[in-house]
Amino acid sequence: MIAEPDGPEGRLRRFATIWSRAVFPATSTSLTRPEFEELLLPLARRLSEALRARNFEAAEGKAVGAALVAAHCTDPDALTHTLECVDAYLVLYCGGDGSQEDLRIRSARLQHAMAAGFAQELRERTLAEQEAISVAALQAQGVVAQALHATEARFRAVFEGAAIGIGMADLDGNILQVNGALLRMFGINDQTMSGRNVREWTHPDDAPQTWTLYDELVRGEREHYHVEKAFYRPDGTVLWTNLTVSLLRDADGNPQYQLALMEDTTERRLLNLRLRYEATHDALTGLPNRTLFFERLEKALGAGNNQRFGLCYLDLDGFKTINDSLGHAAGDRLLVEVADRLQSCATAPGEMVARLGGDEFVALTTGPDTEREVDELAGRIMNALITPVSIDGRDLTVRGSIGIVEGPAGERGPAEVLRSADITMYRAKSAGGNRFELADPEADARAITRHGLTTALPAALDRNEFFIEYQPLVHLGDGTVRGAEALVRWLHPQHGVLGPDRFIPLAEHTGLIVPLGRWVLEQSVRQARAWRESYGDGVPLRINVNLSPCQLTHPGLVQDTVDILERTGVAPDALCLEVTESALIGADDDLLKPLRQLAEMGVDIALDDFGTGYSNLANLRRLPVSILKLDRSFTQSMQQFPADPVDLKIVEGIVSLAHSLNLTVTVEGVETGAQAEQLRILGCDTAQGWYYARPGPPDRLHDLALVDATG
Amino acid sequence: MERPAWAPRSIDISVPSVSRIYDYYLGGSHNFEVDREAARKAMEFLPGLPKIMQANRAFMRRAVRFAAAEGITQFLDIGSGIPTFGNVHEVAQAASPGAHVMYVDHDPVAVAHSQAVLAGNETADVVAADLRKPQEILASAEVQRLIDVNRPVALLLVAILHFVEDTDDPYGAVAQLREALAPGSLLILTHASYEGIPLPPERAEGAVDVYKDIRNPLIMRSREEIARFFEGYDMVEPGLVPMPEWRPDTVLEDEDPYSFSGFAGVGRTA
Repeated sequence: MIAEPDGPEGRLRRFATIWSRAVFPATSTSLTRPEFEELLLPLARRLSEALRARNFEAAEGKAVGAALVAAHCTDPDALTHTLECVDAYLVLYCGGDGSQEDLRIRSARLQHAMAAGFAQELRERTLAEQEAISVAALQAQGVVAQALHATEARFRAVFEGAAIGIGMADLDGNILQVNGALLRMFGINDQTMSGRNVREWTHPDDAPQTWTLYDELVRGEREHYHVEKAFYRPDGTVLWTNLTVSLLRDADGNPQYQLALMEDTTERRLLNLRLRYEATHDALTGLPNRTLFFERLEKALGAGNNQRFGLCYLDLDGFKTINDSLGHAAGDRLLVEVADRLQSCATAPGEMVARLGGDEFVALTTGPDTEREVDELAGRIMNALITPVSIDGRDLTVRGSIGIVEGPAGERGPAEVLRSADITMYRAKSAGGNRFELADPEADARAITRHGLTTALPAALDRNEFFIEYQPLVHLGDGTVRGAEALVRWLHPQHGVLGPDRFIPLAEHTGLIVPLGRWVLEQSVRQARAWRESYGDGVPLRINVNLSPCQLTHPGLVQDTVDILERTGVAPDALCLEVTESALIGADDDLLKPLRQLAEMGVDIALDDFGTGYSNLANLRRLPVSILKLDRSFTQSMQQFPADPVDLKIVEGIVSLAHSLNLTVTVEGVETGAQAEQLRILGCDTAQGWYYARPGPPDRLHDLALVDATG
Repeated sequence: MERPAWAPRSIDISVPSVSRIYDYYLGGSHNFEVDREAARKAMEFLPGLPKIMQANRAFMRRAVRFAAAEGITQFLDIGSGIPTFGNVHEVAQAASPGAHVMYVDHDPVAVAHSQAVLAGNETADVVAADLRKPQEILASAEVQRLIDVNRPVALLLVAILHFVEDTDDPYGAVAQLREALAPGSLLILTHASYEGIPLPPERAEGAVDVYKDIRNPLIMRSREEIARFFEGYDMVEPGLVPMPEWRPDTVLEDEDPYSFSGFAGVGRTA
C-alpha cells in the first residue's frame, strides 16, 4: 500500500519517521534506523487510533510505553525523546479534524500513560534481568561448588587412602591434620596426635641438618626438604621414615602450612642393617671381613695429624696341612678358635681384628702411639697362639707368621699398606715362620720389583724380549771347543739385561717356564744346526740346554723335544739337557721316565750343580745321566795357588767315581790357566768358564771354534 | 602453581566481568554494581562506548545474515558473553531455520545465563571454554554434537581478540581454529583499536586502564596487526574496515562517530 503523502497513512508514517529519528540515537538496538522505524510504525498507529477513538482508552499509551522497552529503548532519554515527539507531533499528524482541545488533553493523558507503561515495563525488565543474572551467578557458583566438593572429596580420598603418611601442621609446628597411614605408622589414634607439636619429634639419631632444614622451611626460605628421620613411637620403639616436608603458601605466596609426607622405612632399614652386617662380617668366625676392614683401614689412614696406624697381618703356618689331613670341618673349627683368641687380643678402642679370607687375619690398631702398641699387639697374638687348640680330642699346635706395618696416617693408601704387610708376612714365613717381622721399605721394593717382573713376563715372551747367549764347553784334554751351554737373558725395557736368576724362579712360579723353556730349546737347537752347517763334519758341536724342575714334570717335555729335533733336523746326540741335582732329589720313576726316554733316544742328560745338594752318590746309578757338572764352588778354591789339598782330594774322588759309573765330568767357573791345568790333571773331561769365554752371542763361539780348528 | 584441569576457578562476582560490562553498555540489567562501576569509569573516558558495542552488534547481525545468505548453517561464536537481544542464534535461525549455533565463553556466569536462555533450543548450545585453548573447544562434547568441522563454519570472534594478550598467542589460536575448519568457512571478526576513535588516544587510554585495573586488559591493536588474524583467509568485500562501513544497510550519516572505532572484517578460507 502506497500512502498518499498527505493522506492519513502518509501523515502517520511521517510521525513514525520523526519519532524514530528522535529516539534511535538513544536506543541500543542493533536494528538499523529504517528497521527501527518499521518497529515504531504499529506503535504510532496505536497512538493515532487511541487519540481519535470514540471511547478514549489511556491504557493504550501504557502498552506503547511498554513496547518501547521491549524494543530495547531502555535508556531514559528514549522516553524523553518519545514524549517530546508525541507532544509536538501526534496531534499535528494524527489528530484529524477533532477538537484541538480534546486532542491535546487526550495526547497529554496518553503521554502520562506511556510514561507509566515505560516505567513499569522497564522495572519489570530490570528486575527480571537482575533475577536472571543472579540465578546464573548462583548456578555457576553451584557448578563450581559442586566441582569443588567433588575435588575435595577426591582429595580426602587421596589423603585418607594414601599408603604413605600425610600430615599438615601450621608454621609454629602445631599439628592440624594427619591421615590414617601416619597414625598406623606411629601406632596411635587421632586423639593423641591432636595438639602435638612437630618440634617434639626429636630423636637422638636426627641428622645434624634435620632441624636446620626445618627452620629454613618454616621461615619460608626453603620450599621443601627430604631427610631420613627416626621417630619414637608411644610404645618406645623406633619408627624410621623417609620424610619429605613441603612448604605450602597461600594465594599471595605467603607461607601458610607445612606438609609432611612420610614413608615407613623401619623394616627396610632393619633389613639393610642386617644385609650390611652380613656384607661386612665373615660368616664362619663372625669377625669383620675384608670389606669392613678396608673401610676401617681407609678411615685410619685418612685420619688427621699425629694419628698413626699399626697393622698385623697374620697367616697361620701349615694350615693347609691341617685342612688336608683333618678335613675342612676341623680346619674351620680351628679358624673359629683362632678368631676368638685374636678377638681377645684387640679389645681396646681403635683396635679391630678381621678375617681377610682363608687363614689370613689382620689386626689393626690406631691412635697416636701405635709404634709401641703394634709390637704389643703382635706379641699378644703370638702369645694367644701358644696354647694348642683342642679339636676332636687332638691338641693342635698353631703357629703363625705376622707381617707388621706401622706408620703415620695420610701417607699411604690401604692397598699399599696391605701389600707391604703381606710381603712382610711372607718374609716372616720364609724366615721359618712362627715369628713377626717389621715391614722394611727395601724388602718391599724388592718384592714389588719381583712382582712387576712376574707380571711382565708373558708379554716379554710375546714381544721377543728374551735372547740367548752361549758359553763354550772346552775339552780339557786337547782344548777344543766341544759345544756350548745356552743361557737365556731378558732384555727388559726398564731394567736392561736380566740374568736367569732374576726371572727363571718367577717363570717357574707362574708356569711361564714351560713356553719359555720350549722357546729356549728351539732357539738353541736351531743354533746347533747352524753351527753344524758352518763347520761341516768336524767334531760335532753339542748344545747344552737347562731344564727347570717345572719343565721336568710337564707332560709335553718328550714330545716337544722330539718335535723340535725333527723340525730342525738335528740329531738327538747334539743335545744335552741339564737338570739340577736338587730337582731330582727323591725323584721317583714317574719323574725319571721322560728323562729315560730322552736318554734312550740319544739325548745326553747332565746333572747340573752337582755337589751342592745332598749329592746322594748311591742315587747316581738309577739316574739316566751321562754327565756330571761339578758346581763352581769346587773350582773356586783352585784359583789360589797352591790349591787346598782337601778340595783336590774331593774333586779327584768325584771324578774317579763318575768315571767308574761311565759318566763324563764337566767343571764350571774355570777362570785361570792354572785352574784349568789342575782340573785336567784331576781327570775332568770338559770345562767352561771365563778363562775360555764369557757367555756371548753365537758368532763368538764361531770365532773360538775357528781359532781352535786352525790352531 | 598450575591449577589442575578438573579444579574449577572459583566464582567471585565481586570482580567485574567484561561480558556483564558489555551488557550494561547495551542497556541491559544482566550486571552487578561492580560491573556498572567499571563501565561508568570507562565511559568517563570514552562516553561513546555503548555506541561502539552497538556497532559491534549491528555488524555481527549483518555478517551473520551474510553468512546465512552464503549458505552457511553452522555458527561458532567464541566470546559470546551474556545473550541480550539480536543474538547470533536469533539472527541466524531467522535467516536460516535450523542453523546450528554454538556459543563459547570462559565466564561461567555468562555460560550459566546462556544455558537458561537457550533452554529448549535443540540447535543452539553453549560451552565453557577458552579461546586460548582452541583444541579444548573443538574437542568438547557440545561442539562435537552441533558443529561438523567437515562442512563450512562461520567462526565469530566478535570483540574478543582484544582481550587476548600476545603472550597467550592469539594468532596461534586463530590459526589452529582455521586449520580445524573446513574450506569455505568464514571468520567474522571485530577488534578494538585506537584507530577511528573520535578522541585523542590519551583519552581512550583511560578506558584501557580501567580494563587493566579489573585484570582483563584490553589490547588495542593497529589495523595491520588486526589484519594478520586473517592470514590464510581471503577477505570478503569490503575488507577490514570500520564496523559501520562493512556492507551497511543504511546511509552512514545516521551513524554515531564512535561506531567507527576499531575494525571489522570477514574472511573466507579457500
